[in-house]
Amino acid sequence: MTELTWVRVCALADILPLGARTIPHRKGEIAVFRCGDDSIFAVLNRCPHKQGPLSEGIVHGHRVACPLHSWVIDLESGEAVAPDIGCTPKIPTKIEDGAVWLAVPA
Amino acid sequence: MLPISRERLVVVGNGMAGMRTVEELLKLDPTRFDIAVFGAEPHPNYDRIMLSSVLAGEKQVDDIVINTRAWYEENDISLHTGDPVVKIDPKARTVTAQSGLTVPYDRLLLATGSKPIVPPIPGLNLPGVCAFRDIADVDTMIDASTKHRKAVVIGGGLLGLEAAWGLKRRGMDVALVHLMPTLMERQLDETAGKLLQRDLTERGIAFFTNGQTEEVTGKDRVTGIKLADGRGAPADLVVVAIGIRPETTLAREAGLEVNRGIVVGDNLSTSDPDIFAVGECAEHRGQVVGLVAPIWDMAKVCAHHLAGGGELIYTAQVSATRLKITGIDVYSAGQLAAGEDEDEIVLRDARRGAYRKLVMRDGKVVGTVLYGDVTDGAWYFDLIRRRTDVSDIASRMILGQAALGGGTQEPDVAAMPDDMQICGCNGVCKGTIVDTIKAKGLDSYEAVKAHTKASASCGSCAPLVRQLLAATLGVEVTGPAIPTVCKCTDHTHEEVRTQILKQKLKTQAAVREAMAWKTPDGCASCRPALNFYLLCAWPGEYQDDSRSRFINERAHANIQKDGTYSVIPRMWGGTATPAELAAIATVAAKYDVKEVKITGGQRLGIYGIKKPDLPAVWGELTDAGLVSGHAYAKGLRTVKTCVGLEWCRFGTQDSTSLGKQLERLTWGNWTPHKFKMGVSGCPRNCAEASIKDFGVVCVESGFDLLVGGNGGIELRGTDRLCHVATEAEVLEYCAAFMQLYREEARYLDRTAPWIERVGIAYVRTRIVDDAEGRKVLAEKFRHAQSFLQDDPWAERANQGVDATEFKPLPALV
Repeated sequence: MTELTWVRVCALADILPLGARTIPHRKGEIAVFRCGDDSIFAVLNRCPHKQGPLSEGIVHGHRVACPLHSWVIDLESGEAVAPDIGCTPKIPTKIEDGAVWLAVPA
Repeated sequence: MLPISRERLVVVGNGMAGMRTVEELLKLDPTRFDIAVFGAEPHPNYDRIMLSSVLAGEKQVDDIVINTRAWYEENDISLHTGDPVVKIDPKARTVTAQSGLTVPYDRLLLATGSKPIVPPIPGLNLPGVCAFRDIADVDTMIDASTKHRKAVVIGGGLLGLEAAWGLKRRGMDVALVHLMPTLMERQLDETAGKLLQRDLTERGIAFFTNGQTEEVTGKDRVTGIKLADGRGAPADLVVVAIGIRPETTLAREAGLEVNRGIVVGDNLSTSDPDIFAVGECAEHRGQVVGLVAPIWDMAKVCAHHLAGGGELIYTAQVSATRLKITGIDVYSAGQLAAGEDEDEIVLRDARRGAYRKLVMRDGKVVGTVLYGDVTDGAWYFDLIRRRTDVSDIASRMILGQAALGGGTQEPDVAAMPDDMQICGCNGVCKGTIVDTIKAKGLDSYEAVKAHTKASASCGSCAPLVRQLLAATLGVEVTGPAIPTVCKCTDHTHEEVRTQILKQKLKTQAAVREAMAWKTPDGCASCRPALNFYLLCAWPGEYQDDSRSRFINERAHANIQKDGTYSVIPRMWGGTATPAELAAIATVAAKYDVKEVKITGGQRLGIYGIKKPDLPAVWGELTDAGLVSGHAYAKGLRTVKTCVGLEWCRFGTQDSTSLGKQLERLTWGNWTPHKFKMGVSGCPRNCAEASIKDFGVVCVESGFDLLVGGNGGIELRGTDRLCHVATEAEVLEYCAAFMQLYREEARYLDRTAPWIERVGIAYVRTRIVDDAEGRKVLAEKFRHAQSFLQDDPWAERANQGVDATEFKPLPALV
């Protein structure tokens, strides 16, 4: 089992509402999303369909539409919304003192 | 269930009339008969009326199936498709099919429909000749349209015109031969027939009226047609649609009384009381029918008698006709022209290309012909059917129902009587629809259609059905007839745009709240649409929302499949200076780009730039005076030009300079979808202006303006807008046209489908005929431009706009 460590990545204000930022990581780029209700989600920045950069998609509700072929990914689960099938790995997040934290492999 | 031996009903003909009768029968008495159905075609029962929509590419074959095979199974009907009945033996009470299968019957229903009339001319057996009657014919036509160029349709009635239009939509060159001087002479009077011909000529169909086809030529395949007067046309496909004749062979051979059709009484039984006939094959009191509404009446009466009833009798009713050609509205009902006892009231609106006529007798309407604007068709038709005395309103009623009440543009469904027929095809009255909505708790247009069949055939009454649903539920209702913005709302694009202006809604949140959006922040479909609508409605006031832009418009570059971006600077009219070329070369070398390519829009594209590098790349390009080419925008893309008068020996005007002026006028503008222009210096048209959204072809006397072309997925040549004499006029017409498109098209509509929907005649009314309106539109366009012509690249490269967009967060180790 991989051990996870909480890491502070940015201030909440560094991500525009309904926006996303990317974070380079040795296991692949991570996309961090800020939804309309200020909840934060992070997934591997790779659509399960054709590896499109999800960070560039339009965020709505707790979902993002991939910019390449409009697959919709549910950010709560990392899974594609039906009828599409697929999943992108999800990274645990938390907000503390106005900062965004991710739990990444140590 | 006990194996009680049931009566046996055999249906000959698996078409609309036969199956509708079976449906009506199952409603009355689902267990009375063992039912067997024979059909010559290999398909289940489908909506023959919609074949023209399949041909035009608006529907697929699956969409027009009425009863699926599962339906036959559920209702325990044995279905024999592709196996036509070849013999009826009324003495033995059996029918025999082509396969040799013989089945006994107690009652027999003939619904053999019609066959196309085949004229006695040589050459009709050649490959490439077909009728327009069934799915096989449509398959032949679609197949020909993918392999061949030229089509000739023989017959200028409803069917022939829909065939011609469908083939035109599929990209063929179409000529239509018609025996009579005007089109659809059985449904339209001369004036409306001529208007129709004019509009279809503008859409590129060539006509040979007064044309008697003498021969279809060709050896191994059709090559053309010859007319009796010496005219002729080349053809790779010939569609014969001169009319239909009742299919009566079986009935005649069985010894039934047959005249033009199979003779039936008021109860739809033939001369043999156990044999019934319905639909186009039947002749009732000397009349045969070819429209769906009377056939549904027949089905109802026939089912009633098959189920043992004795009361209902069939009486012929007035029918209405409507042509199904997108953007061309034609409606007629009852008597077409006044005889000795009648008067005509006629309204001509040449500017709008509209025409309406009422035929009156003794203070009552007995017929109507409408062209262009058919919204009042249902109202006039109702007055005809009821024989309402209209003496007191006769002088004003030609203006329409709205003009009488001083009310809204739309017909007032609440004021309609309960027995007013809404769906002519299926004979569904207002009362039936309202009662069904209430009894079954229906809340969607689809459900109402499924339960009542209203608008389930030709679909032209769908707006009325939707209005009725809305009025019954007391809310706004929408359905597929007019698309909603997206699943977040039941409102149409038009409703949203109207309310934005009416309620002065100036933010997306305000729109979503005022119009009861179902989602808090919309979705990837409606957010870009609302963003555009607000931007268009409130120039300078509404703050463009980058989070509601697709990535390309947000990043001002085109995302490529590998996640890198292309950078395409504007090259005005397709020209460049040495300094600009040098800057592009420098950037390409410095950022090690994978490819520099000349794009289809006469510019240089730099491919493979990483997102974080974009602002720096733009910085170097802007230093050399280059600006964004908006190659990513649903907005003005390029103005393609030829060298024109300056260099070309054929050039008539300075097309390059005019193209640059157009580009300077319109760059930076956002439109519902991308917008491309072309300016050619002579009719040789090297700039391909005839497939652009706005095209200019220069001629000696000035400029021909073209609109609505598209070289993309669905190839469409432009419609001619008008001719103007000066460059200043070109600029004004262009600005006005773009503004009209911005204000009235739906988001993601290119100009081509928009014009197909509203008609070029409408666009001309606004841009050409209405000089005052054109100036207002052009002024609104220029006003919007005063806020839009800031180069987005310079803003991002030098002024730090949207900085976080391009900058990743620090890497995690």
